[in-house]
Amino acid sequence: MSTTQVDKSAPSERARKIGGMYRTYWLVMLVAVVALSLVRIATGADDITAANTLRAAILSACPILLAGMGGLWSERAGIVNIGLEGQMLLGTWGAAYFTYNYGPWVGLLGAAAMGALGGLLHGLATITFGVDHIVSGVAINIIGLGATTFLAEAFFSDYQYGGPRQLTGLDGLPFVTVPGLSDGLKSLNDQGWFVISDLAGLLAALTTKVSVVTILIAVIVVLTAWILWHTSFGLRLRSCGENPAAAESLGVNVYRYKYVAVLVSGGLAGLGGAFLALVAASGFTTNQSNGRGYIGLAAMIFGNWNPFGTLGASLLFGYTDALRLRSPSAVHALLLVVAIGLLAYAAWRFYQGARTSAIVLGLIGAAFLVWFLTTDTVPREFTGMTPYVVTLLVLALASQRLRPPAADGQVYRKGSAG
Amino acid sequence: MNSLKRVGFALLAPVIAVLIAVLATSVVIAASGSDSSAGDFWSVILSKPDNRLLVNILNQTTMIYLAAVAAAIGFRMGLFNIGVEGQYLLASYTAATFAGAALLPGALNIMATLVIAMAVGAIWAGIAGILRTTRGVSEVISTIMLNSIALILVGYLLDRYGLHGGNQVRTKDLPESSQLAGWLPFERPDGPIWTLGLLAVAVGVGFWVLLNKTRFGFDLRATGLSQTAAVASGIKVDRMVLISMLLSGAVAGLIWMPAYFGSAHTYGTTFQAGLGFTGIAVALLGRNQPVGMVFGAVLFAFLSTQSNTLTFQTDISPSIVQITQGVAVLAVVIAYELVRRYRIRLEQRTVARARTAPVQEVTA
Repeated sequence: MSTTQVDKSAPSERARKIGGMYRTYWLVMLVAVVALSLVRIATGADDITAANTLRAAILSACPILLAGMGGLWSERAGIVNIGLEGQMLLGTWGAAYFTYNYGPWVGLLGAAAMGALGGLLHGLATITFGVDHIVSGVAINIIGLGATTFLAEAFFSDYQYGGPRQLTGLDGLPFVTVPGLSDGLKSLNDQGWFVISDLAGLLAALTTKVSVVTILIAVIVVLTAWILWHTSFGLRLRSCGENPAAAESLGVNVYRYKYVAVLVSGGLAGLGGAFLALVAASGFTTNQSNGRGYIGLAAMIFGNWNPFGTLGASLLFGYTDALRLRSPSAVHALLLVVAIGLLAYAAWRFYQGARTSAIVLGLIGAAFLVWFLTTDTVPREFTGMTPYVVTLLVLALASQRLRPPAADGQVYRKGSAG
Repeated sequence: MNSLKRVGFALLAPVIAVLIAVLATSVVIAASGSDSSAGDFWSVILSKPDNRLLVNILNQTTMIYLAAVAAAIGFRMGLFNIGVEGQYLLASYTAATFAGAALLPGALNIMATLVIAMAVGAIWAGIAGILRTTRGVSEVISTIMLNSIALILVGYLLDRYGLHGGNQVRTKDLPESSQLAGWLPFERPDGPIWTLGLLAVAVGVGFWVLLNKTRFGFDLRATGLSQTAAVASGIKVDRMVLISMLLSGAVAGLIWMPAYFGSAHTYGTTFQAGLGFTGIAVALLGRNQPVGMVFGAVLFAFLSTQSNTLTFQTDISPSIVQITQGVAVLAVVIAYELVRRYRIRLEQRTVARARTAPVQEVTA
């Protein structure tokens, strides 16, 4: 009798928790849109929710998101992959080489394959040979940078529109525009109405000149969430990241799952490289990822090792990146958004009874407000720091709320289940 | 016999690693379809360097060695200071700005600058240390973030306060009274061996003494081998983490100083980036041992310097040595692990034989 009760209450409890999580997610989104809209009207910085800015934000976010998804796959199986940066670089080269010779679709596959090759190297070192994950990752980043620089010079120098350090004039991938909807939303966005125009800007960005690769990435995020959390394969894969000894004692082939995870991880990072070379830019250059692999890792941590959290973090980082490049004055207006957000969160924490964190958050929020009121512009460079500073702050202030996989980064040897 | 065996085991892993690196490099060259063969490559790399390159190799060795020690201080106690790069970047910029301002005369300026470089490096590493000890933040992530922040910060400061000339930005030039060119072993055009290369010797000896002759060094190694055992024997791990991060950062601050006082005299396009990651690689190659890292530093300096001659004699890009270096690092850690496993199996077999031997006697 009592067991049936437990069985009945367990799913509803879980459903309630998930429902609450989604409610919070939507609430945060709504508050953000309202705050952005208010600030836009108050400061006249129309760029902060212009359709073009948001479209650029999505373009900036995509490679970060793919690297973040790559990090998610491998860390969920217990392997820390700081080699994402190197795998992404291998992807940029693979995308350029295969697109030049066989067309952009094969280019995507080639990029993923090159990234997966980097992942395989990481897997060999960490899974089969039990090397420390960080050590292997550092080595892969060195190899990735060296290999792409060398291979670019060896292959691209002789190509048309090519050179020792770049390859341009590659065939692009198609963009999709929803006819009718796109123009209507754009003109709505130009009206400058409270909230409505801002939401129209967001929708216009999602319906105007969207790359097919962006759509593919959206599918990847949803698929990742579904595979890892709603299939038995995903459950087994995550069990390797939480408690590999227990997983092995239940008959899970831990090595195989870890290999799959790290191959997918490298492949996704490589795809991120392809996005950089084929969609975000018009061609390949050496060291094109320029730290985006690390930002992806940061997005994954900020997103609490969760696909939709990673998505949110990537969009945030992409947004600041786009704003930095497009409109320095809008960045200044953003300071006000940050100040309002922090002060509101501080009030919320105070209401919850967490005095100390409320005071710390309130002080930071006040500092941002003072910064906004006493200056006219923000140095362009400072906006570029956002992902790193945000990640450090999140780690420092909310590390109790973050929950990485329990056996993340630990070397596991087959047979230790004993 | 036994000590001979031990030396053999110690050398086995690096030898295997170098062989694998050579093999991988040759395969990549062959696969790249360049007109020059792998044989051409190795004959250029292994040819005797001329005098100018010899000086260059020695100078590079000192800086790479400093970077390796900076990384190794953390590694020896299981701390991954990936942030050596950011620490020496920020320290080099600050030091060059201070020295260029010439607030102090001559040698005093040099001393003060070195102290400032160490302090800035230590502070930047200390942020990661404090985050780790008070908030439990992994130093790997925080130092990666701090690397990027340092890069952006220095870019901003240099652009804002530096001297703009043409397309270049740099800090104020170091006054001549504070320059330390060094010792000329050959002709003048071959260049000097930088005086502050001696810092590498001092830091290397200091690291050896610290590890092997002090209580702190013992605690450091003990914590690295087993944190739980270290805590059980009364070592304050948090304090150790913080101190070793500070030390690591302080050494990182010194990395570029030989070049700055020796020939650069300003922070700008002359700055040599990337030494932090090279240092990490060399520390791994030399197993974080003061002597082992010397060989690693010489090897890396030799490869990078010799690779510059590739462009004159072959059509192979010098960046190929980055592949050689990366593969060598990965191969050496794998080889150490394999050798370790092999030794354990060997030991188990010896023990098993020793245990079964008397039993056999009784039955016989």
